[in-house]
Amino acid sequence: MSKRLSSIIGWGVFVGLVLIAWSFLRTLNWDDLAWYVVSPSTESGRQNLAFLMGGVKYTLLMSITAICISIVLGLIIALPGLSPSPNVRMINRVYVELVRAVPILVLIFWVYYGLPILHDDININVFWAGVIALALSDSAFEAEIFRAGIQSIDKGQLEAADSIGLGYFGRLRYVILPQAIRRILPPLGNQLVYMLKMSSLVSVIGMEELTRRANELVVSTYRPLEIYTVLVLEYLVLILIVSAGVRWLERKLQANESV
Amino acid sequence: MTSIKTATASESAPLIEMRDVVKRYGDFEALGGVSISVNSGQRVVVCGPSGSGKSTLIRCLNQLEKHDAGEIFIDGQRLSQLSASGLRKIRADVGMVFQQFNLFPHLTVLENLTLGPMRTRKLSEDAARKLALDHLEKVHIPEQANKYPRQLSGGQQQRVAIARSLCMEPKILLFDEPTSALDPEMIVEVLDVMVELASTGITMLVVTHEMGFANQVADTIVFMDGGKIVESNDPETFFSNPASERGRAFLKKILRH
Ligand SMILES: Nc1ncnc2c1ncn2[C@@H]1O[C@H](COP(=O)(O)OP(=O)(O)OP(=O)(O)O)[C@@H](O)[C@H]1O
Ligand SMILES: [Mg+2]
Repeated sequence: MSKRLSSIIGWGVFVGLVLIAWSFLRTLNWDDLAWYVVSPSTESGRQNLAFLMGGVKYTLLMSITAICISIVLGLIIALPGLSPSPNVRMINRVYVELVRAVPILVLIFWVYYGLPILHDDININVFWAGVIALALSDSAFEAEIFRAGIQSIDKGQLEAADSIGLGYFGRLRYVILPQAIRRILPPLGNQLVYMLKMSSLVSVIGMEELTRRANELVVSTYRPLEIYTVLVLEYLVLILIVSAGVRWLERKLQANESV
Repeated sequence: MTSIKTATASESAPLIEMRDVVKRYGDFEALGGVSISVNSGQRVVVCGPSGSGKSTLIRCLNQLEKHDAGEIFIDGQRLSQLSASGLRKIRADVGMVFQQFNLFPHLTVLENLTLGPMRTRKLSEDAARKLALDHLEKVHIPEQANKYPRQLSGGQQQRVAIARSLCMEPKILLFDEPTSALDPEMIVEVLDVMVELASTGITMLVVTHEMGFANQVADTIVFMDGGKIVESNDPETFFSNPASERGRAFLKKILRH
């Protein structure tokens, strides 16, 4: 087939697709859209927008608290996974397999409705129930990320650390983690993005974060398309900012290494 | 099984002693009952064909590999009986220089050198820095203190690694083929530093194929084959008239290069 012919066919297909898309879009109910409910140019629109965006701080606070806890927890769980002893490694395996198997939504219900039954003094509010459930669930993934990152460090580094008399924690603190962190950071960034999205599930137990507020507004305005579109954009912006932050951190670490 | 004794210090206890040491990897015996004793100030070169157990031998000495049978004594302390902290102390006394340098890539040269003194020997930062600069001077690269390892040539990196070991002020220095990963023009600068070190009276165990170095510096050559010490001799005898047939064959092969 000549180059000319294939390019003509290519363009033909393209134009065809555009026509099909156009005729489909024409059938949609554009006139029914009511952007005024979230329009900054009207008073009620501004109020609605402010209400929707007011959830950002809870979404962020919950996700960041949860990821901090899950990083610490993940590291603690990763360490036995690096032991030469199969029995100690078992601790890591059991935790990871068990926690990974529980859907986050189920974990949220379990922590919020289940745990308080265990003891009269346990009284978990919605925020902490969400944080605990998110952190627990994420810690299993963090543990795997840490384990892989630490295992990727050259064995010679461990031997050099041993040979200057560093102990287990000295070796970890001064030799392994500073090197592993560069490899851990990208998957950690992914995990943070994942966490931001999963925090929307905490809306089901009444946490007033982004998704909950959107739901409430939908109930009172009957405008799901417009409001959920704003919600999508809110998550999109948050996640783009987080990604940019993680990339900035990665670049900074790399710059440090290659002075 | 051969044991090495020199006449000079035979009345004092040896600094290193191995008795019938066995090391297995699965079913494979990498060391099949090795006995050796090294006195303070001795310079021993270990040679032998690939896979003969040279690395395993010196790695057992600072317990990077745990031996399966037999006994190892460093400065009179039985390694198999040490606690974790006892082992750390021994490791501070036994420096190790690796074939692949194993410098810490995320730390500057100076930080590579001060890490052990500060964290293991608990020196202050100032004291550790002073010590580090002293030893960088001894390996002839004081001007590289603030660079990162990857900015240095292989020969320079290996000299930093030697200085890193020296900063622990060890009684014993172990070298596992310290020049094998280097380009020919850099081998000399590392060997020169090692020759200078030898003249300071530190106890050295060196695995190397550099027979010129062995001849110049060693007081004992240990020849290994198949996980055993086949022969140990002074350099003159070993090079001119090896006692074992396998030693002769090995020398023929290696000296042809
Ligand atoms: N971690 C290990 N697992 C299994 N076998 C090993 C291991 N380390 C060493 N060996 C085996 O033990 C034997 C001795 O190894 P060693 O590294 O001590 O030899 P070497 O004399 O240092 O050889 P080279 O000159 O190649 O460095 C070799 O046959 C090697 O394959
Ligand atoms: Mg070797």
